[in-house]
Amino acid sequence: MTAAKPGKKDRRTVFVCQGTGCVSGKSIEITEALARAVKEQGLDGIDIDFTGCHGFCEQGPVAIIEPEGIFYTHVTVNDVPEIVTSHLRDGKPVERLFYIDPVSGQAIPLYKDIKFYSMQQRIILRNCGHINPERIDDYIARGGYEALKKVLKEMTPQQVIDTLKASGLRGRGGAGFSTGQKWQFCYDVKAKQKYMICNADEGDPGAFMDRSTMEGDPHTVLEGMTIAAYAIGASEGYIYIRAEYPLAVKRVRLAIKQAEKAGYLGKNILGSDFSLNMHVKEGAGAFVCGEETALMASIEGKRGMPRSRPPFPATSGLWGKPTTINNVKSLATVPVIIARGADWYAGIGTEKSKGTCVFALTGKIANSGLIEVPMGIKLRDIIYEIGGGIPGGKKFKAVQTGGPSGGCLPESYLDSPVNYESLTEAGSMMGSGGMVVMDEDTCMVDIARYFLSFTQAESCGKCVPCRVGTKQMLDILERICRGEGVKEDIALLEKLGNDIKAGSLCALGQTAPNPVLTTLRYFKDEYEAHIEEKRCPALSCASLISFYILPDKCQGCGICARECPADAITGGKRLIHVIDQEKCVKCGTCLEVCPTRFGAVTKVSGETIEVPKEPIPVTAEKPKAGTAT
Amino acid sequence: MFLDKSRQLRQNCSGQYTMSKVNSAANEKERKHIVKETETILKRFTRKKQYLIPILQGVQGKLGYLPRESMLKIADYLGIAAIDVYSVVTFYNQFRLNPPGKHSIRVCLGTACHMKGGYITLDAWKRRLKIDSGETTPDREFDLDIVACVGCCTMAPVTVVDEKPEGQVEPTRVDGLLLGFGYEEGKKEKEKSESK
Repeated sequence: MTAAKPGKKDRRTVFVCQGTGCVSGKSIEITEALARAVKEQGLDGIDIDFTGCHGFCEQGPVAIIEPEGIFYTHVTVNDVPEIVTSHLRDGKPVERLFYIDPVSGQAIPLYKDIKFYSMQQRIILRNCGHINPERIDDYIARGGYEALKKVLKEMTPQQVIDTLKASGLRGRGGAGFSTGQKWQFCYDVKAKQKYMICNADEGDPGAFMDRSTMEGDPHTVLEGMTIAAYAIGASEGYIYIRAEYPLAVKRVRLAIKQAEKAGYLGKNILGSDFSLNMHVKEGAGAFVCGEETALMASIEGKRGMPRSRPPFPATSGLWGKPTTINNVKSLATVPVIIARGADWYAGIGTEKSKGTCVFALTGKIANSGLIEVPMGIKLRDIIYEIGGGIPGGKKFKAVQTGGPSGGCLPESYLDSPVNYESLTEAGSMMGSGGMVVMDEDTCMVDIARYFLSFTQAESCGKCVPCRVGTKQMLDILERICRGEGVKEDIALLEKLGNDIKAGSLCALGQTAPNPVLTTLRYFKDEYEAHIEEKRCPALSCASLISFYILPDKCQGCGICARECPADAITGGKRLIHVIDQEKCVKCGTCLEVCPTRFGAVTKVSGETIEVPKEPIPVTAEKPKAGTAT
Repeated sequence: MFLDKSRQLRQNCSGQYTMSKVNSAANEKERKHIVKETETILKRFTRKKQYLIPILQGVQGKLGYLPRESMLKIADYLGIAAIDVYSVVTFYNQFRLNPPGKHSIRVCLGTACHMKGGYITLDAWKRRLKIDSGETTPDREFDLDIVACVGCCTMAPVTVVDEKPEGQVEPTRVDGLLLGFGYEEGKKEKEKSESK
């Protein structure tokens, strides 16, 4: 990247991120304001454009100025005049919008120097943030649809399948089954009608990589899907997207129209005798529809309930016809594997887990966002190098992978490599790639309860162990969180969990107990504290904590009483305030609003603090910390 | 969530199905409107069962919920039993049986939002609007519901207000958002507590 000299007539482009995260930070308005300001100032050679998600949502809305590669964070509409005048006209970048490294505190102007990006290896997300997702020409300019041309002109379906097998690509939807093998099964079945389905029903709370891929680079998914359809011999394709992702639905629909017009989809693709008809199907909000047989039932217009396999979809899938279902990320990888060869792809990652994996890094982490890393990377590198560590100087407690069906891994696993086998061995799973970091303020019992409440609510109700068993487990966990747990609960939870895993039909039930079983394995002491001492060590379970205002610190400023949503605080000007424990809803607002120079509100569990019953005057001998009114 | 729905379903299945819990049109004018809108949507689809979910999505997109009249009309059109339509409606989280409020409030309870106190935010909305999740205020101004994840985890806790995700919505932000709608109740309560 060469820096463009100011004043010269090099074409420069301002790319504003318009992924869902940045759009909610008003990035559409920012794009419009930039275009207006550039026009008003009469600046030449500057294009204003937008891209899909850059992955660094924490810093959003973000903008990149190419070709310099200057990266602006937290841009607002008010920053627009300064960016245009100072940077675009006078060539002086706006330093206060640079990214600040959370560890060193240094400002980093260039995109490529930011550790969050430099440690990543982007294959699936290769175009996200670099192209306008609503223009097919941008995708083509970066080598898009070349793989499809190669496949249709030079390769037989079997050759495509062999390439995929040689690459070692495994399904990125969770189970990690060989993609090439999956295609082979479907290819081997002789049938007039076959279907190709893209599973974009990303229902895991805390995961948004499929959404970002479809929003940021929809054509790569279409290209991968078309190649897959050619390999298995399907003439109809379905993309099953969650209706909760309206932007992704819109961009995929637009991409299909563009691809059809350009001859990459539809009848006789690129002049060959291969045709593919693409449909978008909006999911209606059922987590279980991520399971392939449930997903197909949903496309058929039924309740999305899984059925037993065999028959596998490869022999009897959608409407009883041979069907292949692949995840968005698997399909987005396919064009690259074809273009760059199986050997190149097989050279990345570990022996059994090839290539890269995408994680949605969220929770208590400095740099949350979307990351793509080679398989085999250590959890520590993800959390501390790319993620920038835990904010606020808090201590790492656990990392949860695999969404609500995964497990929580403690600090001792930080140095183990990330791949399908090692995660399963530790009691968790790769899943679709959610990665939630937890610090000392997160209660592990509560988090297990939370995940189970999700899978319990989403259980389709078909199998008894899942429907009734998870409900029983949830009841026990709720009881423990309320401080009403009994000693036998731990053994009972373990037994129930293992029975549910053994007795359920689909992956939802087979994995639902994972968060409970792993927290029992690694954080048993927290369960014991809840049950035996009626204490929540993380100060998180509402029934087991209380808030107090310390009389020696309160200056009677009244902010807490004003902000308390439950009117539970009494006091007055220069009076020590008192929380009515009966009325308190434990929302923590008082703790948050109490000025840090007073720090008068405290949160405790398993103990009581002596405080006055009624508000009393702030005594004279206390230091007059400013005029606190 | 699901168990409630299935219980409801079972009640309705016993004997002759009644769909008793399902909201009907309040008056003849509303009924005509519902029928007309439903028919407009139906015209876009051929009579195949695979279109049931897109049809339901279309009708809800127009009316904001699925009233009894629409479901009967759809069943009739596709040539399937009304209870089959109802069973699909109650299976998927997206479909609503209650008429919507003027403004929709969707509190995200995804993992990241949970960890950053999404449930506390939900409590605050419930307290301020005086309704439970899944309900609509009596004046039909607001409806409150939860959503599993909207994928804006970096802005947690998130509340989607009228389709627009709002980040860092903590109890104090709830009041701020309500004031933005000129929702007076929140304001009045505050004044009361201050004058105490």
